[in-house]
Amino acid sequence: MAEQHTIWSFHGGLHLDDHKEESNQRPVQDLPLPRRLILPLQQHIGQSAEPVVVVGESVKKGQIVARAPDYVSAPIHAPTSGRVLEIEAMPIAHPSGLSDTCIVIEPDGNDAWDELPEPMTEFTAQSAADLRERIRWAGIVGMGGAAFPTAVKVNTGGQTGIDTLVINAAECEPYITCDDVLMRERADDVIDGAAIFRHLIGARQCLIGIEDNKPEAASALRQAISDKGDRETEVVVVPTRYPSGGEKQLIRLLTGREVPSNGLPAGIGVLCQNVATAVAVADAVLRGRPLIDRIVTLSGQGVRQPGNFRVALGTPVDFLIAQAGGYSDQAQQLLLGGPMMGFGLHTDQVPVTKAANCVLALSAAEAPEPPSERPCIRCGECVQVCPAQLLPQQMFWHARAHDFDRIQEYHLFDCIECGCCAYVCPANIPLVHYYRYAKTEIWTQERDREKSDLARRRHEARQARLERLEQERKSRLRKKKEALDKKSGGGADDAKKAAIQAAMQRVAEKKATQQAESQTSDSD
Amino acid sequence: MQFVTHSSPHLVGPKNVTQVMGLVLLALVPGTLALVWYFGWGVLINLAIATLTAGAAEAAVLRLRRRPVGTTLIDLSAIVTAWLLALALPPLLPWWQTVTGTVFAIVVAKQLFGGIGFNPFNPAMAGYVLLLVSFPVTMTRWLPPDVISGDAVSLADSLHMIFSGTPPLGQTWDAITSATPLDQMRTELSQNRMISEIRQSPLWGDFGGLGWEWIGNWFLLGGLFLIWRRVISWRIPVSMLGALLLIAGLFWMIDPETHPFPAFHLFSGGAILGAFFIATDPVSASTTPRGQLLYGALIGLFVFIIRTWGGYPDAVAFSVLLLNMAAPTIDYYTQPRVFGQPGDRDA
Repeated sequence: MAEQHTIWSFHGGLHLDDHKEESNQRPVQDLPLPRRLILPLQQHIGQSAEPVVVVGESVKKGQIVARAPDYVSAPIHAPTSGRVLEIEAMPIAHPSGLSDTCIVIEPDGNDAWDELPEPMTEFTAQSAADLRERIRWAGIVGMGGAAFPTAVKVNTGGQTGIDTLVINAAECEPYITCDDVLMRERADDVIDGAAIFRHLIGARQCLIGIEDNKPEAASALRQAISDKGDRETEVVVVPTRYPSGGEKQLIRLLTGREVPSNGLPAGIGVLCQNVATAVAVADAVLRGRPLIDRIVTLSGQGVRQPGNFRVALGTPVDFLIAQAGGYSDQAQQLLLGGPMMGFGLHTDQVPVTKAANCVLALSAAEAPEPPSERPCIRCGECVQVCPAQLLPQQMFWHARAHDFDRIQEYHLFDCIECGCCAYVCPANIPLVHYYRYAKTEIWTQERDREKSDLARRRHEARQARLERLEQERKSRLRKKKEALDKKSGGGADDAKKAAIQAAMQRVAEKKATQQAESQTSDSD
Repeated sequence: MQFVTHSSPHLVGPKNVTQVMGLVLLALVPGTLALVWYFGWGVLINLAIATLTAGAAEAAVLRLRRRPVGTTLIDLSAIVTAWLLALALPPLLPWWQTVTGTVFAIVVAKQLFGGIGFNPFNPAMAGYVLLLVSFPVTMTRWLPPDVISGDAVSLADSLHMIFSGTPPLGQTWDAITSATPLDQMRTELSQNRMISEIRQSPLWGDFGGLGWEWIGNWFLLGGLFLIWRRVISWRIPVSMLGALLLIAGLFWMIDPETHPFPAFHLFSGGAILGAFFIATDPVSASTTPRGQLLYGALIGLFVFIIRTWGGYPDAVAFSVLLLNMAAPTIDYYTQPRVFGQPGDRDA
């Protein structure tokens, strides 16, 4: 353990004031249950969960209230026992500010557990499929913010060669300390969760990447590792430099390997998981507990008592803030996530979800109103700090010009939206905003193109079908006519003529008789 | 409770354009003081004329373009242009020529292209070249440094000469002014004189022209300050001066009697000022790391070519403008390898 692990480096990045001590000086506090818990059906990447309860139904703590309808999805459990009040569209924490369907539960105060599955204490004896099924049942998703269903991420599809598990304990965004305090308090579970992951994917080693501003957490982890006699797991302390906690950046720091553009870490033999996810997996496997709560950092000069809170999923943010002494008079902006990559909440009446690691109420001094944008002077500061080694000023130019082909030549889609470029920009250009705009435009164009391609293909198919039908009809008619012609042969015409002749004769005879009659009457 | 929302990131970095330009002006101060020390009041008068003209011209065009005047002027970029141009002008240039050059720099080279951030050419150098090709006589009429002439031109005489365009009563231009060391070197070399002979003249110091070399040193100090404060990167100045030294050294080794020693090129004319303050103008320069090296090196190469075989004594302005044209192409072909993309890891 004494030997120093090689630490590689990534390009760019920033030294930011980390603002960790505001919230990590006190132990995690258990937040009481609110009057109502609001559980959005979409708390993860993939298909929304489907409710399996009805309004008025009583539920127990840990009972599945919405199931995963698809492979890439995650079920949702009741965080406490109570009654389903409604299943309605409610405001949720999303950059769009839109509402989505939520299951609202009124706690009954008993906090009575549902029957839980058996703990799998001897997890090494379990098959990977059974372990994945347990993780899937527990509704675990990436808790660092990405919220990708963990059971899907750990399914290597039988692919071997993933030799390294990386546990992301970097927590590089300023203010956020939920992983820091979690590691201090539950280091054993972090190591157990990591061991379960390693067993699942057959990795040879586990590297826990942690920034050097969390020495207590790092030593807690080291203690847990030596207590367990785990020889394959190593804590690697990396310099504090935003965004070292980006998946690609951390993998680079710890292994020197580079996740290819459009590729997955699995492609270079690595699986990366967040510490909080590891703890959730330990809970699910070793204790049979589903994911029903999480630690949330509450910080910023806008709140009276910053700190970390164990919060039942579905707890409204306004309740959380009220329990922490409420807002100070400086609260200017409310954010979900960190100040670099988090998004603004325009209301605090949204629930805490599985990926909600941090709520920030920032003062005007901490997060000033964006200064007015000035023209780019091409100073290249953004190039210096971009961890993806992009040319942000060129991408900005093309985004402004709506030149979406050119901007992709500059690898727009390798941008991780870390915000370093916009932070250093002396002209205060909201660069990330321009890139997001360009990405959405390109996605829209692609969708439109797909739609119009489909429409065109359908139109062409219809045209071809109509043409075919017309041809068939014509050929059928032709055949019928030919058949008719053949049947009547040459005699048809004569018969007709004879019939006409006969008719004309009859008419002539009639006329003649009539004439004769009238002449007779005249002569009378 | 309701809040306003903004796009991430929510933190604002410490830098802004005004600060960047302010640091450039600050870094120019030592070199400017040295120029005043050796060449007298004319330098300050030029600076004043150019600064006032630039401010007025910028404000006028912004008003015509219906752009905010105050918030744009405060970025100080027009002042930086005015200073860089004024520092490159002979100390006794008639005032209206300074005004003409400044107006051209601000109105044509900068604002007609869209103002700060949109000018393909360095405005100060565009203004300088306009003056040089239009008024070759006055633009090459420099003063000898005080250390040579012995007595400084008084403030009154300077004002008289600049605003009337005539030498003081009873004196001729030839008696007061002299060519720059670069000009002198070029003229005498073209008369087939040997460098060892040319350097007998009292015009010469240890590296370049007497006085000039010290001005170069003070601008160098300002340039190092800008690198230290991360306003400019080291790449352009180092590659430009490096390339200039290298090629000058090569020719000097071949024939030291017809090619001045390399340090002469560095400490004469506008090489140092150009390398740290002009070629590094971010708007018109290359911005990729490898591109900046190439851009700087090519400027150094062109400086040597034009100084040695061209028709003008100094070459920094022409070289910078030439490479301004090439900068977008250089940038396009020197894009760094993006993280995760195939290619050379160390590029």
